[in-house]
Amino acid sequence: MRRVYLDHGATTPVHPEVIEAMVACMRDHFGNPSSVHSFGREAKKLLEDARSNVAKLIGARPEEIIFTSGGTEADNLAIFGVARAMRKKGNHIITSAVEHHAVLDACLALKKEGFEITVLPVDEYGMVKIEDLKAALRPETILVTIMHANNEVGTIQPIKEITRIVKEHGAIMHTDAVQTAGKIPVDVNELGVDLLSASSHKIYGPKGVGCLYIRKGTKMFPLTHGGGQERKRRPGTENLPGIVGFGKAAEIMTRDLPEETSRMTKLRNRLIEGFTAIPEVKLNGHPTDRLPINVNVSIRYIEGESLLLMLDMKGIAGSSGSACTSGSLDPSHVLLAMGIPHEIAHGSLRLTLGRDNSEADIDYVLQVVPEIIERLRAMSPLYDRKEAQACTPIK
Amino acid sequence: MYTDKVMDHFMNPRNVGEIEKPSGVGEVGNPTCGDIMRIYIDVEDDIIKDVKFKTFGCGAAIATSSICTELVIGKSIDEALKLTNEAVAEALDGLPPQKMHCSNLAADALHKAIADYKAKQEAK
Ligand SMILES: Cc1ncc(COP(=O)(O)O)c(C=O)c1O
Ligand code: FES
Repeated sequence: MRRVYLDHGATTPVHPEVIEAMVACMRDHFGNPSSVHSFGREAKKLLEDARSNVAKLIGARPEEIIFTSGGTEADNLAIFGVARAMRKKGNHIITSAVEHHAVLDACLALKKEGFEITVLPVDEYGMVKIEDLKAALRPETILVTIMHANNEVGTIQPIKEITRIVKEHGAIMHTDAVQTAGKIPVDVNELGVDLLSASSHKIYGPKGVGCLYIRKGTKMFPLTHGGGQERKRRPGTENLPGIVGFGKAAEIMTRDLPEETSRMTKLRNRLIEGFTAIPEVKLNGHPTDRLPINVNVSIRYIEGESLLLMLDMKGIAGSSGSACTSGSLDPSHVLLAMGIPHEIAHGSLRLTLGRDNSEADIDYVLQVVPEIIERLRAMSPLYDRKEAQACTPIK
Repeated sequence: MYTDKVMDHFMNPRNVGEIEKPSGVGEVGNPTCGDIMRIYIDVEDDIIKDVKFKTFGCGAAIATSSICTELVIGKSIDEALKLTNEAVAEALDGLPPQKMHCSNLAADALHKAIADYKAKQEAK
């Protein structure tokens, strides 16, 4: 059976060149980067080469990159690190309703410690409104954390504009770029942000490694204490094989970005056109300010988990914001924040493209999907054929 | 995560559809996740001759609906009323713990359809 992986937003296959670099690191350079001897120096060189490659991916200087155990830790380090360091200046933090849980739950934890958190609403496309941000800023606002692009619906936030306003106000700006670094051009100086999180496993690197970009001069405290590694901001002997893999992945992404972005965009648009041609299927997220790899649609009258199971039987891997697929049995907080009713969030399907996808994969998906939708709708008590009509095309 | 039996009933659900002139209809919504199930029964001399269902829900919800219809066709009303959620889940070789609530749909909808049938009988 044909197998089509369309869940690259969850994780990506590790690139063969990345595997090779990691194996070589473990086999030939086991040294501790902090050691003085040649073994240590060789390891240190690998560490710093990786740091340069990751820095280059986001237009940063190598000394501004702190390696972490992934996007989640980078988000936590940014948020707790700034909150702890700036507490004397203020106790107010601004975030948005569509953030990843790594950000939302970190903010929630700070709330329990006495910080005040403002969660900005979003519009129907999942976009933060500039007026809302302006209205939320207070003298005691120390940090604003808003994601670059959303992992579920792919909406890209106007981070450059947001950052300008935040910086004018004198607060620190963090962005979670886990879904963008390596997928669209990301430049920390162009964006102007102080802190930026990235993750390796979303860009064909290994899992369990990521980084936080920290602009020189940004005040923050470490979360853990120990040795002097990573400028004391993230002590502990480095996960060198992981970091080397991340570095290699960053190098490949930098090299292939323009070509892959336009290829992904074409495939994405074909999928969106194909899906929205089916009656009562609606695109979620912004039609144009959108990750090139992201397709998210709501298919009325059917439930996401049963759709995923049927797709899986046909070899197609996707994900859903349905309540039935979440451990908590709550539908996606992102779709709800966008004002999408519970029952429509229920029938949401996210397909996220990657390097391994081809035009033939899209042909296959568009061939099997209508049949599956028809089957599930025929089983649905909510579906009444007579009422079904083509949804309005997306402008 | 699902047993082979759940997947079989999910992929090949038995008795999907509607009954044109049903003896009773029962519809329930799942308060936990918002899913919906509707069951139609055809009863003759207090024996369930036919059952059909329509379900908007997860794999477990569809599979429990399907097996529930199989379990009660040919049974008397009284026997059918004894069908429990646990029995439905058991007949599928079990459900994952977070999916146990889905099995409530099927038995509840069936009991509602029977109540509907009884109410109609009394009205006659
Ligand atoms: C937007 C966003 N932030 C953070 C994370 C967490 O990254 P990691 O899995 O590397 O901890 C993810 C991944 O799911 C993500 O999509
Ligand atoms: S019916 Fe929603 S989780 Fe099963």
